[in-house]
Amino acid sequence: MIAYLVPQASSFAGHIDWLFTLILVTVGFWFLVAEGAFLWLCFRFRRRDGVAGQYVTGTRKEEKRWISWPHYLVIACDVVLIVATVYVWIEVKQNMPPADERVRIVAQQWAWVFVHAGADGKLGTPDDIVTVDELHIQMDRVYQFELMSKDVLHSFSVPAFRLKQDAVPGRTISGWFKPTQRGRFDIQCAEICGLGHALMPGHVVIESQEEHQAWMRAQRT
Amino acid sequence: MDAGPAHVSGTAGHAPAHPEPMSFWRKYVFSTDHKMIGMQYMFTGIVMGLLGGLMAYAFRMQLTFPGEAVPGVGVVTPNLYNALVTNHGSIMIFWFAMPVLIAGFGNFLIPLMIGCDDMVFPRLNRLSYQIFLLSTIVILVSLVVPGGGFGGAWTAYPPLSASAAYNHTPLGAPLWLLAVALEFVAFLLGGINFVTTVMNARAPGMGIWEIPIVVWMIIVASILFMASVGPLIAGAVLLLLDQVVGTQFYDPRGGGDPLLWQHLFWFFGHPEVYVVLLPALGMTAEVMAVFARKKLFAYKIILYSVFATGVLSFVVWAHHQFVAGIDPRMAHVFTVTTLLISIPLAEVTFAYIATLYGASIEFRTPMLWALSFVAEFMIGGVTGIFLGASATDIYLHDSYFVVAHFHYTFFPIAVIGFFTGFTYWFPKMFGRMMNETLGKIHFWGTIVAVNFVFIPMFITGVAGDHRRIYTYQLFSQLATDGLGRLRLVSTLGLIVMLLFQLVFVVNVIVSLVAGRRAERNPWRANTLEWVTPSPPPHGNFAEMPTVYRGPYEYSVPGRREDYWPQNVPA
Repeated sequence: MIAYLVPQASSFAGHIDWLFTLILVTVGFWFLVAEGAFLWLCFRFRRRDGVAGQYVTGTRKEEKRWISWPHYLVIACDVVLIVATVYVWIEVKQNMPPADERVRIVAQQWAWVFVHAGADGKLGTPDDIVTVDELHIQMDRVYQFELMSKDVLHSFSVPAFRLKQDAVPGRTISGWFKPTQRGRFDIQCAEICGLGHALMPGHVVIESQEEHQAWMRAQRT
Repeated sequence: MDAGPAHVSGTAGHAPAHPEPMSFWRKYVFSTDHKMIGMQYMFTGIVMGLLGGLMAYAFRMQLTFPGEAVPGVGVVTPNLYNALVTNHGSIMIFWFAMPVLIAGFGNFLIPLMIGCDDMVFPRLNRLSYQIFLLSTIVILVSLVVPGGGFGGAWTAYPPLSASAAYNHTPLGAPLWLLAVALEFVAFLLGGINFVTTVMNARAPGMGIWEIPIVVWMIIVASILFMASVGPLIAGAVLLLLDQVVGTQFYDPRGGGDPLLWQHLFWFFGHPEVYVVLLPALGMTAEVMAVFARKKLFAYKIILYSVFATGVLSFVVWAHHQFVAGIDPRMAHVFTVTTLLISIPLAEVTFAYIATLYGASIEFRTPMLWALSFVAEFMIGGVTGIFLGASATDIYLHDSYFVVAHFHYTFFPIAVIGFFTGFTYWFPKMFGRMMNETLGKIHFWGTIVAVNFVFIPMFITGVAGDHRRIYTYQLFSQLATDGLGRLRLVSTLGLIVMLLFQLVFVVNVIVSLVAGRRAERNPWRANTLEWVTPSPPPHGNFAEMPTVYRGPYEYSVPGRREDYWPQNVPA
């Protein structure tokens, strides 16, 4: 469902969209049934002359079924949804596939700083490639990131990836993504970070292998 | 000390425990009468609620027409935008929902519904309102001090909230925090009073299963509040020290931890949702039973479900922090507890729906509000599942989907709940009936408009609109015409909804001045507040009532009348 509005540009975007659709169908169905029953009862039992209300306590066994049967259905749906969400969460946040490359993402008031390793393949050395507000990455490679903040909380959110992770000063939070589609997509800060919160848009630029290598070469010179 | 409402045994004549005050100041300002204190809370809350609504007008206009001067407000700068969003949230929860639902209706209703002459601690009650009023003044002052009002969101996450170097509101931030802390003190005093009163001062014959459900729910809400707010008060003191003294409890540069605040805040913040939900749920039940002429379906199951919800609400807090940087394995625990909470709340909803079976429904204004509560709250309930499920929350967290979701819970709770109670008990409070035609115009205008406000937000949220952003112009995927039109629909819906509130204001004034005089029991209801004259005199009851049965004996077979007041002997 989400894909109608936002492109799927990472390997796990499809998982999250699938889960969203599953929840939408499950709870949507029961929501319509409940609202339907509710509105029908409102109409069916409107006041009519000569018809008094009935005395129903809801304490007899056959009456309690009106609550207990839908209640078992809620439990059954909950179990299905819990299993599904645990599965997707482990895929996205818990299991990190081996990295093809590591990048460092540093958030600050109000900019994104991205650090790629230079020729030595290591982060934190003088030949690092540093960009501001634009993250250049190559399609179909697994990236692990180290997310940090220099000052307050920020949140690294890329809707096209279905990825969101808060950046916390004093901590390094790791995560991963694997871009699957060429293009240029918004990076948002999704945690309020002060006056310029709306003024720190970034972009991921997803390139083919040739484009990306050309970009890397241009940065090194 | 004021004497407590000592119980006069039997049905002998009854004199109020303290004499009726005569002077204007003693009667309307420094009153210890629970009814007057309830009204003070309620009208302070209504004024603050209107202010909160107008704040929403200002920031919605800025979002829809970025950078243009908002009629009546002027240009909304980023600073002002953040302050408006922050204080809209804070005011609607702490200065509208809580004072109106718990303190307003709780104070007015509890002694009347359990059949006693006042709260057991009348002066504590007065002190509670005075502290609340002080907190109201402080929050209003915080909006106009140099530097502007606090703009770090109602959740006030540090380090942004902890240091003026980050938030640029050196006065606004500490004053905001001080106001919230004072508000907590006021409600702690109120909570103690409510619980003690209901434990000790019920009319003879009223066992715990004969207590009207709204009183039960206010008590459970008070206990939830008192049990959850302690850690946050401690946390708020640390935050205030960070702001004012320069300690670094939440700043990693000094060895502090920003995530500590999030845990302390949400340990309170999630039960807080149920603190305001329960009174609204209770009022809805009262009104539904009366206008359906039906016994409330499965009273005890509803209560047990509410207790279960209350207990569970203490172990779900980290579902607000799935992407906050806590250990990812923790998410599973909180997903399970969060989805579990759907079980008791679904049961309550089923019981409410089942109450309508075999009913004889009169669609008067209070009943329309009560029914709309159930219909609208269900939307809030089911959309919560998307956010309680950790994996979809990765995408939806801090998006407008969240905003739409919690407004579908808080709007029914705070606004619909308030109108349900206010239109239903208005005859008791003021001795006049409200105008039914104006009431229905107000109802339909508000309910239709509110869905135009929040349904588009589900869509913009799924499309990627994130919260607390004063303009989307810099985001290429969000600055599209389609999303712009959806935002426009929300804003127009809000303006229409706010305009319809004028109908309510007119209705209140017209009804107060020229409404038909209300008899004691205009709705033919069973609970004790309808035994006494409208409005009730000082001391509430000329003769203290004795209770013979539960509050929901409507349409009992074999009786000529379709109601059976609690105080009428068999």
